[in-house]
Amino acid sequence: MLTATMRRHLISAALLAPVVGFLAVVFMLPLGVLLKLSFTAPAGPLSTYADILGGWLYTRVFWNTLVLAVMVTAITILAGYPTAHMLTRLKGLTLTLAVYGVLFPLWISVLIRTFAWILLLEKNGPINRLLVGAGILDAPAAFLFSNTGVAIGMVHVLLPYAILPIYANMLRVDARLLQASDGLGASPLATFRRVYLPLTMPGVAAGAVLVFLLALGFFITPALLGGANSMTVAMLIETLVNERLAWPLAGAASFLLLAAILVLLAVASRFVKLGAALEVR
Amino acid sequence: MIASGQSIRFAGVAHSFGAVRALLPIELEVRPGEFLTLLGPSGSGKTTLLNIAAGYITPGTGRVLVAGRDVTDLPPRRRNIGMVFQNYALFPHLSVFENVAYGLRARGVAAAELDRRTDAALELVRLGGYGRRAIRQLSGGQQQRVALARALVIEPDALLMDEPLGALDRQLRQHVQLEIRRLHRAHGRTTIYVTHDQEEALVMSDRIAIMRDGAIEQTGSAQDLYRRPVNAFVAGFLGESNLLRGTLVALDGARARLKPDGIERTIDGAASEGLSVGRRAAALIRPEAVQLSPTAALKARLVESVYLGDVLSMRLSLAGGQVVLCRRFARDGTPESETQGIDWDPRDVHILPDEAREAPGREEIKSAEKEEEI
Repeated sequence: MLTATMRRHLISAALLAPVVGFLAVVFMLPLGVLLKLSFTAPAGPLSTYADILGGWLYTRVFWNTLVLAVMVTAITILAGYPTAHMLTRLKGLTLTLAVYGVLFPLWISVLIRTFAWILLLEKNGPINRLLVGAGILDAPAAFLFSNTGVAIGMVHVLLPYAILPIYANMLRVDARLLQASDGLGASPLATFRRVYLPLTMPGVAAGAVLVFLLALGFFITPALLGGANSMTVAMLIETLVNERLAWPLAGAASFLLLAAILVLLAVASRFVKLGAALEVR
Repeated sequence: MIASGQSIRFAGVAHSFGAVRALLPIELEVRPGEFLTLLGPSGSGKTTLLNIAAGYITPGTGRVLVAGRDVTDLPPRRRNIGMVFQNYALFPHLSVFENVAYGLRARGVAAAELDRRTDAALELVRLGGYGRRAIRQLSGGQQQRVALARALVIEPDALLMDEPLGALDRQLRQHVQLEIRRLHRAHGRTTIYVTHDQEEALVMSDRIAIMRDGAIEQTGSAQDLYRRPVNAFVAGFLGESNLLRGTLVALDGARARLKPDGIERTIDGAASEGLSVGRRAAALIRPEAVQLSPTAALKARLVESVYLGDVLSMRLSLAGGQVVLCRRFARDGTPESETQGIDWDPRDVHILPDEAREAPGREEIKSAEKEEEI
């Protein structure tokens, strides 16, 4: 005899089974293999981890990745917040056009967009010519193969991931709360600071975490725009696997990145409710 | 009562949402310390008028004066008016104390005075000691009182309330009505209260303005409106009423005679203004004025009889199909036979005009309220 509760659990399990099975075979299993590999270096099971944590080159790559991710997150949030707010003020056709404007980059392959940035940011590219022509720069700047170029490209790719959670959060802010604040004598700035900003913080936090995590593992854009001068952990892993065939070392680097992400997520979830911005009221 | 409120005057205030006329020019003066209720069905423009008083809507034409000062072009933050919203609009991320103190902080009130006044406002609404609670920990009735304290603590020139009891259940609503009445007596602030519930209007108001389709039909005390409604709409909206519609056959100063549709007798009664012989009119007879008597010529069939403890409420049907409500003390007994004669004292009858007032844009107004509620 099945009770109603047991039947409900069985149905849930049945509904989840395909995706769980798929992930187990194509993701969890290889991940396990990789973890095992990371302990199989000839110099001893933990030597790979010691190499990475001890070698200044490796730690510099980790540090550079972190700095880049923080920078990109800060810029996307600062640029995404006003954009998201503008979206909430639009209606009808202008809203549709603006939303497509935000989403459009997501439909084009990252690879194509990154190549486009190479053309734009070149030493003799249109951006440099414009800046020099306008007298802002004396000589063309080296945007490419530096953190600046990588950050520009990553901000472009990741901006929608910041805008969308913030926008979703802003839509759920009750307009009457802003009216109430106004009616109680608060200036527009005070209303923003004391009501609007605190109520949109969950969206900011969700957007920031999303962008930050994606930025930590980013590969194509740093590889093409940054090159060896702006190496990230993802590029390091690729080099270890494809050029040095050092699988145990690559496995260790992967798991250190994963561990760093899990720690950051755990810390973040103590301060903000990450799902809050996506919750349906 | 301490009259610490100011007068509010609407001078020819009218407003349209796009092509839809939500308010026809309104002339209304609310006296200092008065509790005035805007009563009307949804779409009558009452919320629009309240939002114009608060400054959330700038009227298309006309002026709003508070204590004689023209505030029409001032934003809400510069009006010093306390507003209680329909769903309270309390700040969910702030504590009860911070919600109430909000307007004082915006005014830069010093810490010691801010604490004292906030605590006093919480005491006033009987929420002393609730200051540190989160808003979501409060019941609907408590949230309503926080909203009231938040509006009162800034010592506003006037208090505006937009259907503040709509979200409460019936029993709580009756309790809070009396509480709002008590508070009004205590603070004496000019209050404009918006509702579609006639009972709320009767319990609390000094004066009631009945609104329909963007215009005020009649303004007066509850007694004025109940006893001397100016037209069939007002009579029908406030209290239960029998309205027998027909054609006016005679008019002689203060008396009028109506020939109701489908009834074989005429009805005499006190004449209202705006009547003319040959035009449509309605006879208003309140249910408590309808008498049952075996000898009466007008016969009716008893359809339903409900025992309400103190009174007996009956529905009777005339030969022409019109329904007549009758109310009498239960101790006078339940009528036994199904066929009854009904009669009334001509002094209890009012003959009222029964024609939609002629005003442009009437039919479009229903859709205006929808926009207003977004």
